[in-house]
Amino acid sequence: MDTHPEAPLQPNAVPAPSSGSAADGVNPADAHLGTRRRTESVASLVLLTATLMAALPALGILGLLIIRGAPALSFEFLFTMPLQGMTAGGILPAIVGTLWLVGVSLLFAVPVGVLAGVYLSEYAGESRLSRIVDLAIVNLAGVPSIVHALFGLGAFVLFFRFGTSILAGGLTLGVMTLPVIITSTKAALQSVPQSFRLASWNLGITRWQTIRHVVLPNALPGILTGIILQVSRAAGETAPVLFTGAAFYLPVLPDSVFSQSMALSMHVFALVTQVPGLPDSMKYGTALVLVGTVVLFNSFAIALRFYLRRHRKW
Amino acid sequence: MNAPSPAPVVSAETLSLWYGSFRALNGVSFDVTHGEIVSLIGPSGCGKSTLIRCMNRMNDAPTNRIEGKLHVSGYDVQAKGTDVLALRRDVGMVFQRPNPLPLSIRENVLFGVRLHAKHLSKAESEALLQESLEDVGLWDQVKDRLERDAETLSLEARQKLCIARLLPLKPRVLLMDEPCSALDPDGIGAVEELMDRLRGRYTQIIVTHNMQQARRVSDRCMFMLMGELVEMSPTASLFTTPRDERTARYIEGRYG
Repeated sequence: MDTHPEAPLQPNAVPAPSSGSAADGVNPADAHLGTRRRTESVASLVLLTATLMAALPALGILGLLIIRGAPALSFEFLFTMPLQGMTAGGILPAIVGTLWLVGVSLLFAVPVGVLAGVYLSEYAGESRLSRIVDLAIVNLAGVPSIVHALFGLGAFVLFFRFGTSILAGGLTLGVMTLPVIITSTKAALQSVPQSFRLASWNLGITRWQTIRHVVLPNALPGILTGIILQVSRAAGETAPVLFTGAAFYLPVLPDSVFSQSMALSMHVFALVTQVPGLPDSMKYGTALVLVGTVVLFNSFAIALRFYLRRHRKW
Repeated sequence: MNAPSPAPVVSAETLSLWYGSFRALNGVSFDVTHGEIVSLIGPSGCGKSTLIRCMNRMNDAPTNRIEGKLHVSGYDVQAKGTDVLALRRDVGMVFQRPNPLPLSIRENVLFGVRLHAKHLSKAESEALLQESLEDVGLWDQVKDRLERDAETLSLEARQKLCIARLLPLKPRVLLMDEPCSALDPDGIGAVEELMDRLRGRYTQIIVTHNMQQARRVSDRCMFMLMGELVEMSPTASLFTTPRDERTARYIEGRYG
């Protein structure tokens, strides 16, 4: 603590109350007590400030969206088609499009991600190969979304000839969310105590049965948490669907995964940058609906996780 | 040890095991007859746990190398084609820390048998449940709360439950790796009583650090030191008239 900037100020270097029994000697353990107390209060203040700085923008964003966007919300806004080059009417196709895109991405990323996570956690062991795969996955998680978009354009739209479609867009979002789903699945599985596996193996139960009946059920809440975070990302990211699936203005509902569709994230972008003279409430309202959709997805998953946690505990 | 007895349920012939380059077992040979309780004593790191883990292949790892022969319950344990799942059904293990699964008491007992036998009638499984819990002396205590989480039981009851869940599989050998070391004296007494009750029906091989326990429960006792089986004798004679100088020094508490 000697290098602490406040140390030289130390007002009561000699403790005033010498009620101790050691009459002529100060207890050496008391020497820095004043400094340490002050450091303690400074530390807690700094930590609190940092926490508030993190929380305030989040609350601010939500507050702003609600204040400025709520007036636009109406049955008509949520459930009708956009009109007149999207300057009037509702945003139904964007909502539906986002649901389709997220749905397709989950259909792809959840099974692949969870199974890959199971393999890496339960079967791969500590081989050189598994370390390389691990490294690749971590790096994939760091790839910017616009790069995923270009990959999706090249792979799904052009090479597989899915065209600009919900399928291509959803798969691009799926690839983008895959690494985090794999990593969080793996972490969730590894947090299941090894003693459970030993107990099961010892009864002559196969590895797969052990995973299916013991490990997975206990890891499910953790796996869901990873998926929840990625749903929000898939719904919110604009770049990956920009070239692959989302239409700028398409006032019809998609009828299959091969249709193009609008998407909420894209729609916010379009309203804000491309349509002059639009009432603010429509822009904020659309953004609010996007956030609301994500919250809705999340609260469903959180409810599920809560339910599972209550029934499975150790 | 060459009494004209029925075929041994466990038999090892110059069994050696290396963890990488470390030799954990060094030419161990012995036979165990069915129904016996054999205790395995020796200082930490002498290979006791390694030896019982071999018996149901719980220490399979690519870096381990095994030589010699080991037959348990009719299986050539180390042979390539051995059905490990069937072996483990016959040879169950109880661990140091009770490790019930995070399920109800009922599900814990029936967990193994349900996954082995796909079609188990309600009546059959209820009978197995009651029989297994009675065998370990837990039935009266838990019969009214079979649906409760196994975690709600005391440590001692959890350890008994871990023994009970092996029984529906009709095992022949129960391996116990310091089964009492997490328990208080009452718990230890209760589990030892349980071992005594299971004597004759199951072969029990018990690793223990507690020489008093070895004396109390086992028919025969094996003393191991640095991967070697120094002596295997009837318990009473091992503790009163050990044949080997090293055994004598260990039971006098000179090392360990």
